[in-house]
Amino acid sequence: MATDVQQKSDVTHHYLRAKKKFPNVWCAGCGNGIVMGALIRAIDRLGLDKDGVAVVSGIGCSSRLPVYLDFNTLHTTHGRALAFATGVKFAKPELKVIVITGDGDALAIGGNHFIHACRRNIDITTILINNKIYGMTGGQFSPTTTAGAHATTAPYGNYEKQFDISKLAIAAGASYVARGTVYHVQQLEKLIQGAISKKGFAVVEAVSNCHTYYGRMNREGDAVAMIGWMKDHAMPIQAAVKLPPEKMAGKFVTGLLHETDATEFCEEYRMLVERLAAKEESK
Amino acid sequence: MTNNKQNRARLLQGNEACVQGALYAGLNFFAGYPITPSTEIAEGLSRELPKIGGKFIQMEDEIGSIAAVIGASNAGSKAMTATSGPGFSLMQENIGYAYMTETPCVIVDVQRGGPSTGLPTKISQSDIMQARWGTHGDYTAITLAPSSVKECFEQTVRAFNLSERFRTPVTVLTDEVLGHMREMMIIPEPGELEVRHRIKPDVPADWYKHFELTANFVSPMAAFGEGYRYNVSGLTHDQAGFPTNVAAEIKEKLDKLKLKIERFSDEIVNLRTEMMDDAKIAVISCGTVARAAIQAVKIARENRLKVGAIQPLTLWPFPDAQIRELLANVRKVVVAELNMGQVVHEIRRIVPDHTEVYFLGRYDGEVMPPQQIFEKIKEVK
Ligand SMILES: Cc1ncc(C[n+]2csc(CCOP(=O)(O)OP(=O)(O)O)c2C)c(N)n1
Ligand code: SF4
Repeated sequence: MATDVQQKSDVTHHYLRAKKKFPNVWCAGCGNGIVMGALIRAIDRLGLDKDGVAVVSGIGCSSRLPVYLDFNTLHTTHGRALAFATGVKFAKPELKVIVITGDGDALAIGGNHFIHACRRNIDITTILINNKIYGMTGGQFSPTTTAGAHATTAPYGNYEKQFDISKLAIAAGASYVARGTVYHVQQLEKLIQGAISKKGFAVVEAVSNCHTYYGRMNREGDAVAMIGWMKDHAMPIQAAVKLPPEKMAGKFVTGLLHETDATEFCEEYRMLVERLAAKEESK
Repeated sequence: MTNNKQNRARLLQGNEACVQGALYAGLNFFAGYPITPSTEIAEGLSRELPKIGGKFIQMEDEIGSIAAVIGASNAGSKAMTATSGPGFSLMQENIGYAYMTETPCVIVDVQRGGPSTGLPTKISQSDIMQARWGTHGDYTAITLAPSSVKECFEQTVRAFNLSERFRTPVTVLTDEVLGHMREMMIIPEPGELEVRHRIKPDVPADWYKHFELTANFVSPMAAFGEGYRYNVSGLTHDQAGFPTNVAAEIKEKLDKLKLKIERFSDEIVNLRTEMMDDAKIAVISCGTVARAAIQAVKIARENRLKVGAIQPLTLWPFPDAQIRELLANVRKVVVAELNMGQVVHEIRRIVPDHTEVYFLGRYDGEVMPPQQIFEKIKEVK
């Protein structure tokens, strides 16, 4: 009898470009691979047609993810994935469009596109892999690097403030905002599944590890230690809402943090086109 | 005029002619960000595209605009953006992405004075070199330069045709005066001008290579969602689209970007001449200045001076061979431009040593009147 684990790995292989570019560029133990697995299983659960899925990314370790996947994949320029994805989605709304981005990619160089994609509420799922550092360029601080943490460009500790990704996304108008971690893989998979199913702009922050740079520079240990930290510090939202603030100190909330229903951008435009066509007919 | 022609006669601005030309060529996706003096193009398309089920989106900036255009083109659209100097500068990184990923798209740059915010409401021709060399790295560009409202229409159609034919971005360089000037034109009937579409693959999905090296260096192009599931990347890639560091594959890719255009430059290059047959002096200019140059040539002829004019409608690839041939019996060349000298460097590069090249530049935001060109002719004759 095939075990559950075995079935899952078969599923993964079905969605990988196994004949093409492997091994991957990631360090052993990097959370990017865990997010990739969760994304694949979420897509499989939803039974999406591979031809109908487009995965778009920017530049960074995390943004290399689509290149390994057997979908329509667009690996773009640093920070611009959401703008490219907006073009893909708006041109062909029948495609399921998923964006993979990092904290630097989405929030520093791409911050403008991020808030405007939220505002438009265009039907794109964004998986923002937050490792709190610039991995690809060797460990510079990002807009989510913890205050005081060390980075190659913060040798005396980070003196900048951080973005709260979910608050930013909610304030800017996203329809679905969630946070998961690479430790809580099943939850992450469910959140991604929910995000893809949601009609509107969806953001899933996947808290991840860059042990190679963040871990080493901040004495947070190897991949196992860093992922273990997530296990100890993540608090599901259902439990978090019942806890007094002092019990939440040092913890972070995971789960579905926000969901609303608002008209989606392509849908709004389709209605405009129909209105104009009806007006033309009645002439 | 026949009745039918009367119905198709329009008094249009250059910018409006770009809108009409783009629609004629089958444009169905526009993304842009407002900037003077190009804004009428976005405004016109925001009105027209929804009426025909095409897509119009005002992006958050020009970087996003060209990104959305490239995304849409990969999803199968004929896509365009329009801008002016500052926006053209912002787009450069992603225009490079379009060269690298061989994505057809059209960029209209309605030139204004610079650098920086410069002269938003005044004419200039100072983006000619930026259209060729604006993004980093090695590539070959196609740039067209209309000089009348009718040509704005025709060259925009041509820009789409060339971008689809060669799988590459194409820039249309107009300017503030041309963009806002009104002239009568007859909108061509459907079928009157050629309209091209990118070549689609005819192989099974398993065999498809998005960047396949073909005999004419142009790869057939499937769109997202058509069953081919390929990878597109701005990293230097192999024929299948996967990042490579292999020296031979890197060279092959860069050669492809160059050769697919250079080897077929005869299809692209297009120029106009005026009284060049017996000319001893040639005035070379493009865009709005070419109109004045033709007037200047007429004045010169009235003054019994053997002067002709050459107007490249294709600026890039530069019409080296064609201009060299036209200058075979010409001793003196005046290059007239609304900048501090851009096309003149190309002319100096291609002419034989014995040809004297004189530069006439203007960069004070004003047009160049025929008299100014005629004075220069008299000075050098
Ligand atoms: C325009 C531009 N600026 C800078 C870079 C260099 N660069 C590449 S990846 C990167 C940061 C990536 O960080 P993040 O998005 O957090 O992804 P990670 O590598 O951590 O997954 C930078 C600055 C670039 N490729 N392009
Ligand atoms: S550098 Fe960091 S983010 Fe990049 S692959 Fe290695 S562990 Fe992952």
